[in-house]
Amino acid sequence: MIGPRDFDLSRFRLRAGLAVVLAALLCACGDSDSHEGRITIRYWEKWPGFEAAAMQAVVDDFNASQRRIFVDYTSVSQMDRRLMLATAGGVPPDVAGVAGKTLPAYAENNALTPLDRLAAANGIRREQYIDVFWRVCSYRDHLWALPSTPGCLALIWNKKLFREAGLDPDRPPRSLAELEQFNEKLVKRRPDGSLLSCGHVPAEPGWYDDIWGWWFGGKHWDGDRTITADSPENIAAYDWVASYPKRFGAANLLAFREGTGNFASPQNPFFTGRIAMVLQGPWIYNFIKTFAPPDFEWGMAAFPSAAGDGLKDVTLVETDALVIPAGAKHPAEAFEFIKYVNSQQPMEKLCLGQRKFTPLRACSAEFLRDHPNPYIAQFLALAKSPNAHFVPQLTTWPIYSNDLTLAFDRIWAGKAGAREALAEVQRHEQQAFDRHQKRWDRLADQRTAQWSQSP
Amino acid sequence: MTREEKHRLRLGLAFISPWAGGFLLFCVFPLVSTAIHSLCDYSVLSPPVFVGVANYTDLGTDAIFWQSVYNTFFFAAFSIPLGLLASLTLAILLNVNLPGKGVFRTIFFVPSLVPMVCLGALWQWMLNGELGLVNHTLRPFYHAANALLGTHAAPPNWLLEARYAKWGLIFSSLWGVGQAVVIYLAGLQDVPRHLYEASEIDGANFWQKTWHITLPMISPVIYFNTLMGLIGSFQVFAIPYVMTNGTDGPERSLLFMATYLYQNAFDYSNMGYACAIGLALFLLIFGLTLAARRLAEGYIHYEGN
Repeated sequence: MIGPRDFDLSRFRLRAGLAVVLAALLCACGDSDSHEGRITIRYWEKWPGFEAAAMQAVVDDFNASQRRIFVDYTSVSQMDRRLMLATAGGVPPDVAGVAGKTLPAYAENNALTPLDRLAAANGIRREQYIDVFWRVCSYRDHLWALPSTPGCLALIWNKKLFREAGLDPDRPPRSLAELEQFNEKLVKRRPDGSLLSCGHVPAEPGWYDDIWGWWFGGKHWDGDRTITADSPENIAAYDWVASYPKRFGAANLLAFREGTGNFASPQNPFFTGRIAMVLQGPWIYNFIKTFAPPDFEWGMAAFPSAAGDGLKDVTLVETDALVIPAGAKHPAEAFEFIKYVNSQQPMEKLCLGQRKFTPLRACSAEFLRDHPNPYIAQFLALAKSPNAHFVPQLTTWPIYSNDLTLAFDRIWAGKAGAREALAEVQRHEQQAFDRHQKRWDRLADQRTAQWSQSP
Repeated sequence: MTREEKHRLRLGLAFISPWAGGFLLFCVFPLVSTAIHSLCDYSVLSPPVFVGVANYTDLGTDAIFWQSVYNTFFFAAFSIPLGLLASLTLAILLNVNLPGKGVFRTIFFVPSLVPMVCLGALWQWMLNGELGLVNHTLRPFYHAANALLGTHAAPPNWLLEARYAKWGLIFSSLWGVGQAVVIYLAGLQDVPRHLYEASEIDGANFWQKTWHITLPMISPVIYFNTLMGLIGSFQVFAIPYVMTNGTDGPERSLLFMATYLYQNAFDYSNMGYACAIGLALFLLIFGLTLAARRLAEGYIHYEGN
């Protein structure tokens, strides 16, 4: 039986134990704001593997150069969802690395700190960047991010397959019509008519089903309030897509798609020689190095347009971007770090480490010389093209993109013509856009005032 | 209320408080919150703005939502009866006194332990039109039929063709019937032996015993499994999401209500709209459960009654 003294003692022990547990929990949950007396910046990035290591090296350089700020770098999976929840919960990181195409949705939802004043105060100017990247980072007349590592798309071809088909391995097609002539020479069929290998198929690897209109002079919207999914240029583009099932047979194309392996594997049809030409970015170098046979020979050029030289160097540019989420505890210090990453030497170190090109106008000869990708200068030049596009800055873009991909699939399976499929996309997208626009119209004045007053 | 009764009430409330607290926090609160947010324009990142029933009127005219409703009903309409038939048949067979029946029971139960995501990835490859095991098995039959009839038919590209995609999913959903089999087995073992003995004396055969004794006696278990199947089918999400790599499937044939809800909540930042879909889904399942209860009333035989 427990006597009064024992009972008190046991209660005291219980309370003391609880206090210790609570203190430990508080220490574990609370984030320490100082690292050897420095202000700690929490930085979340989405990259794993060697890309994360490249940024870690830049972060280490920054931390070594600083006595005031320390950057705590974390690689985070499912970045968009985590950032959304952390920002909504009022505990965002100080810096986050997001895809440039997600900026409009974040900005409209007040999830980011506008960087206009911070950039101006720190001497960051538009002229320092390849213009398209500054435009990707700007939305509704405000600057929301600064670029980190960019990319753009080009035609990548297998020289060995060109040679075997009697084509000049160093001469890429210069128009879409010529690409199709090459295609006819490169295609190989089995006795039953099914496709053994192809020259080019727009469905491979299926990442860009929503942008083919650009190579025909098309646009996704008029920049104001009208969606242009079914413009004549876009219809022409998807008519070109529709020509594939007509020429090769829808069932053969579906079977071909099913018979190819994952992109990041040695069974990638481009590496196994089942496809001779693909639309890819500078990252293809890393995949070739990892998964393609050692003797794989490849070339790179701008993907040809329908108008040939009349519409040159069409490409999609993308960039990862550094943002300061709304509610970040140390925005000024966060920008100090972003500014450091955006200075020439650290940026080149980062882009070299990630095998990409720099978004800055200034580019050293050493960067191009030391870069392992033999076509990095050409990728860089392509990003400066007047026909370099980026994903439309529509907050309804995820829906639009999904709809275009589904329309592409219907056309690819021979289930619908371009005009019919795009008319449906047009109707649905305009409806989604109008609904969104109504919401924005309600908030526009309030948001604009908030953004203008931001530090 | 006497002092003793009050004490007992307090004690009783204390004992049920973990459950009641959990129910209020994790069921009632999210439901009420969903109902409130379904009346708002809400993106999670910005404060919700009240828009009345706009989300519901939009749902009414949203063709994609109605396609997801059709797909969900189609899946439920075939996967529930097929699942019921497969699990009940297996349970009856596994209940027969045979040597090594424990091994067979384990073999049929093990697949239901595989996590949903792994199951999705597994079936994505199983149903691959060119390299999948399903078509590898079917191909000789197609070849034989083609040789006989002079045709050129080929097994389908299950997940790339709209008319086959849902069937591929229904087929793969049968993989997880093991759990229902275990529940049926427990029910089957509760059927009193004397009923079988009496029927055997009367000269009943296997089918007569099954129809007149087994099925009525396990009808509460069938009812329970059907309800669980109904709820599970209307919430189908993980397997088609993984199978299609997060897309809607060919011609949106694998877009289900739960998938559309998820897309709106997390891909399109339309949490208010997603809440309206969520509430519609809840009311649908609730209504169907009530209807199933009403329909089943005359067919369920509880031993205690």
